[in-house]
Amino acid sequence: MATKKFMYLNRRSSFGTIYAIESLEVVLIAAAFEQDVSLAFIDDGVYQIVEGQNADGIGMKNFSKTFHALGDYDINKLYVSAESLEERGLSADDLMPLVYEDEDDDWAEKPSIKVVFNVELSKIMSEQDVCLSF
Amino acid sequence: MLHIVNKSSFERNSLKSCLNTIDDTSVMLLIEDGVISAAKNTNAPMIADLAVQGRVYALQGDVEARGISSKLADNIKLVGYAGFVDLVVEHGTAVSWV
Repeated sequence: MATKKFMYLNRRSSFGTIYAIESLEVVLIAAAFEQDVSLAFIDDGVYQIVEGQNADGIGMKNFSKTFHALGDYDINKLYVSAESLEERGLSADDLMPLVYEDEDDDWAEKPSIKVVFNVELSKIMSEQDVCLSF
Repeated sequence: MLHIVNKSSFERNSLKSCLNTIDDTSVMLLIEDGVISAAKNTNAPMIADLAVQGRVYALQGDVEARGISSKLADNIKLVGYAGFVDLVVEHGTAVSWV
């Protein structure tokens, strides 16, 4: 099967709507089909990967831990909007330390998250075959 | 009155609509994605005055779920589900800005 470049735009926070967890589902499906997958976290989507989420008090599944598995599916391009972080009083230090093992570099552990400005993000989006917004 | 806001102020205008109509005796409870407005961010000034008066509550479970416990704006009062019930009883008419 031909490989396409897929980008998933995550624009909403984790628990208020079903979008965040459904996005993660289709991301994993695309990975199973060995597509070239990128994720972008913009607007309230940046809250999906904030470190220290604890959903015990609301009776919902804390699926944020699933993001740690993305590296094993060769999903290692996670772009986070710098503007969206700043607007929300957040910085890169507030995000989960998501990593992958680089097979071309003796399986060295490397960060998957890259904080980018929107101008850079728009360039990355224009290079995709498919952009899906959640 | 009790005003309940459950949407992020970055995504919807329900917090703004609520602020446009809330009177001097009413209180606000932020739940679900509404608690995003309880964090220190560029929208925090929207409710700062109300919070100083001790009239802004946020549901603790929703705050913890979103990982923003350590980033709350000043003067936000955290409540659990029992506190939620107390607010409803105490303030009579409740409006949910869904």
